[in-house]
Amino acid sequence: MIRRLAWRVATLTEIRQETPTARTLVFDVPGWPGHLPGQHVDVKLTAGDGYSAQRSYSVANGDDGERVELTVQLVGDGEVSPYLTEVLEVGDQIELRGPVGGWFVWRPHSSPPVLLIGGGSGIVPLMAMIRSRGKSDTPFRLLYSLRDPGQLFYARELEKVTAGIEVAYLYTRTAPPDAGRAAGRIRAADLVAYGWPPDTAPDVFVCGPTGFVEATADLLIELGHDPAKIKTERFGPTGG
Amino acid sequence: MGIISRAFQGRPRDHDENLPPGQYLVHDFPVLSAGPTPRVPLDRWEFSIDTAEGEVHRWSWQEFQALPQETPTVDLHCVTKWSKFGTGWKGVSLDVLMEDVESAAEYALAYSYGGYTTNLPLEDLLDGKAWIVHEYDGEELAPAHGGPARLLVPHLYLWKSAKWIKGIRLLNEDWPGFWETAGYHNYGDPWREQRYQGD
Repeated sequence: MIRRLAWRVATLTEIRQETPTARTLVFDVPGWPGHLPGQHVDVKLTAGDGYSAQRSYSVANGDDGERVELTVQLVGDGEVSPYLTEVLEVGDQIELRGPVGGWFVWRPHSSPPVLLIGGGSGIVPLMAMIRSRGKSDTPFRLLYSLRDPGQLFYARELEKVTAGIEVAYLYTRTAPPDAGRAAGRIRAADLVAYGWPPDTAPDVFVCGPTGFVEATADLLIELGHDPAKIKTERFGPTGG
Repeated sequence: MGIISRAFQGRPRDHDENLPPGQYLVHDFPVLSAGPTPRVPLDRWEFSIDTAEGEVHRWSWQEFQALPQETPTVDLHCVTKWSKFGTGWKGVSLDVLMEDVESAAEYALAYSYGGYTTNLPLEDLLDGKAWIVHEYDGEELAPAHGGPARLLVPHLYLWKSAKWIKGIRLLNEDWPGFWETAGYHNYGDPWREQRYQGD
């Protein structure tokens, strides 16, 4: 008999504001079994009358004992994300269970080059992979599509990434003057310039809103990438 | 009941008895798939049922379209927590497709263009519980939602309703599919909240 994934009590220990509408929540989760980069958790909030709401969030940190970090983007008409981004305070408790998902994960012992392509808050599970790379010699390339510089998550950390990880920012609406690329949605030329060529057979992870993921996966296949090497995770327009 | 989240109120209560535990209602139609969307030209599309005894029943797009069509209206429940009520589809009941299929098998594995698989007991495909659908909301089914045709098994979580369906293999033994080998529940009944292994 397989054991059920238990709901665990998570205590908020730290908050890092990423943008005006997104923040990273650092939880201490006693009994946490550990996770692989790319996996997610279910979060459950319970109101005083017993009503509860559940949502799924990607884990943002690498496996780190009983520490679980989530980066949550406020969704305007959401039910759970406004609470997580605006109400929850250090010391507060929520419930979560996981880790969930054995597909959209990078296993640090795998050897091909890694191509990460994130749109908006789709960067979160990809950041867990970057943070898990450690001293591995697997070369990483990240293409990070975002509306404008004000939407950037993990700014200081991405600035400092070490040798072996290359980061390209693809601004869709407003690019800073030194961007070297006109603002616009991801194009084949971006994948050629900043990605890996198909003949290097990279492991590709694409995460973001549905339209972004559909468009990017189609471009990758047109360029000759093997569909079987492309793992995707889509957010609907509906979110938490 | 778990711990109370300080100052959490949540949305106004719907008290909707059609909403399974842990789900919330949406009005759009989110897309979830594990890889790129396959594109299947209709002149190369076919759907098969292979029996455990080695028989193969096969339909081209024209043959499939010529079968009696039904227009089920059903509620959808995705394991990622959203539910959508009253979705309208057009397609062929598995009862029609299975009419001339003889097999002692008890299990089925649905497989798709693009390589996706999902397993379910054969009885969950029969008696008006499942369809191969090719229209959604009066329009041909978009590739992102599983077009040209997908399985529709609305009484189970939506990952069981394989997009881009290519065929169904009847088996004497249960053979876990894509998500079922990646931590998700083998059966996936939303009313028993069978999301993950062990639920």
